[in-house]
Amino acid sequence: MIKVLKAGFYSSIQDRGRVGFASNGVPVSGVMDAFSADLANSILNNSLKDAVLEITFGGCELQFLTATNICISGGDFSPTINKKPIKLNANIKVEEGAILSFGKIHFGVRCYLAVQKGFQTEKILNSRSFYQNITKNTRIQKGDLLPLDKNISTKESATSSLKPIKSYFENSELECYKGPEFELLNHQQRNILLTKNFTISNNNRMGYRLNEIISNSLSSILTSAVLVGTVQLTPSGKLIVLMRDCQVTGGYPRILQLSEKSINRLSQKKMSQNIYFTLKNCLS
Amino acid sequence: MEFKLTYKPFGNKAILIEWKPIINEEILNDIILFKEKIKIEKTQLFSDIIIGYNSLTLTYVAVITNFSHKVEELKSIYNKESFVISQENFIWEIPVCYDLAFGIDLKEISKVLNLSTDKIIKLHSERIYTVFFIGFLPGFLYLGGLHSNLYFDRKPNPRLKVVKGAVAIGGKQTGIYPSNSAGGWNIIGKTPIHFFDVKKANPCFAKAGDKITFKPISLDEFYQLEKQLEKDNYIIPKTLFND
Repeated sequence: MIKVLKAGFYSSIQDRGRVGFASNGVPVSGVMDAFSADLANSILNNSLKDAVLEITFGGCELQFLTATNICISGGDFSPTINKKPIKLNANIKVEEGAILSFGKIHFGVRCYLAVQKGFQTEKILNSRSFYQNITKNTRIQKGDLLPLDKNISTKESATSSLKPIKSYFENSELECYKGPEFELLNHQQRNILLTKNFTISNNNRMGYRLNEIISNSLSSILTSAVLVGTVQLTPSGKLIVLMRDCQVTGGYPRILQLSEKSINRLSQKKMSQNIYFTLKNCLS
Repeated sequence: MEFKLTYKPFGNKAILIEWKPIINEEILNDIILFKEKIKIEKTQLFSDIIIGYNSLTLTYVAVITNFSHKVEELKSIYNKESFVISQENFIWEIPVCYDLAFGIDLKEISKVLNLSTDKIIKLHSERIYTVFFIGFLPGFLYLGGLHSNLYFDRKPNPRLKVVKGAVAIGGKQTGIYPSNSAGGWNIIGKTPIHFFDVKKANPCFAKAGDKITFKPISLDEFYQLEKQLEKDNYIIPKTLFND
């Protein structure tokens, strides 16, 4: 078990999400930055399906009531075990009673704590990902006990670690495909969309709003599917990039669709940072 | 009715199939039939199949490398003679309490539309509604069939909290909030029925193509039903129907 001593800003258990329930209106959910979460699980030799703790901007404090091995990947919020700094992207043995905490935010928005064999919180509709009205909790709270696998045998910490790829966090290019309604945009609108920098406004696990306005002459569409990574053009002319907890259907024109790589990249960006869209080659 | 379908790539792992952009039950039935054929023929290829008013979105497990090849594959499935047994469809009878205690916008609607609350309740509960698809929230049914006399614009400022079970009107649509949520629709009543229950193997009892009717109940009956539902001691009345 891991005991939550401090909840921090926003941390939730996530895996690869709830696939196959969209016809019931159930969002996919799952880790925002799948690249970093996969990295943490891989370093521990876990299955990529194992649940991790997604920690936004650090702030939480966790006590290990069971010894295990851990790996933290993604954003760098100066993690420490018993106040001693630990490396990102490294397999680290943690003794019973040890306390994991975070400090200064260096880069990124979310980091991923993987534990041996993954967190064992309740599995609902094939996933442990926290989501309102589906799992009991939407985020971890002080005093929570997060169950671990019962058959863990710890190994010595690895001496090597993978250096975080700084460019992954600095790159602001989002590769996209044309969305289903892209062709309805006029030349000028396309030009703005694909040449301008956009600034990130309010954002959460459901979506990222962008500040800049594209004069919008398109009418709403009949409610149809939206996907993780769909870029919607709202009636006000502002863009919303839908993220992992987004609804399954929507009525705003879907003008772009982010590649999986770009969804991961965007989820490490925060308010007031810039991004720009580039178009990938069309599918034949 | 002949349908002309268009196929569009939707990212590199999904294909969007669109029908004419109108809300129409024949289109809905064609979408459902296509979905059923796909499920029988190639279900292992897909991670999800999402219905919209005039669309079917197929998300593939693997990245699509050859879009036109996939489209040909889908077209041949669509054109197959319908050997499938159509899915079983039900009419579900949903008890709704339209008491002013729950129908907090009934008075306002009554005033603006110049209809008595009794008339509103009558118009709302004597229709048979069609479930077009589920979206917005887990268990939220998009229903067609609202009487045009009851069309009523959404609130300019959505409420921060609409309670689970609220029955409401938004523009030309009516719906039931399956969970507490923010919402801009006008609330006319409440049902004790759970439209999304994760404890059930099939969390939504209704599906696209089913129908819904609303049966007015009193406050007393509402509280009684609520107790029965707590003990899982209530079966929603349903009737099988086939087109």
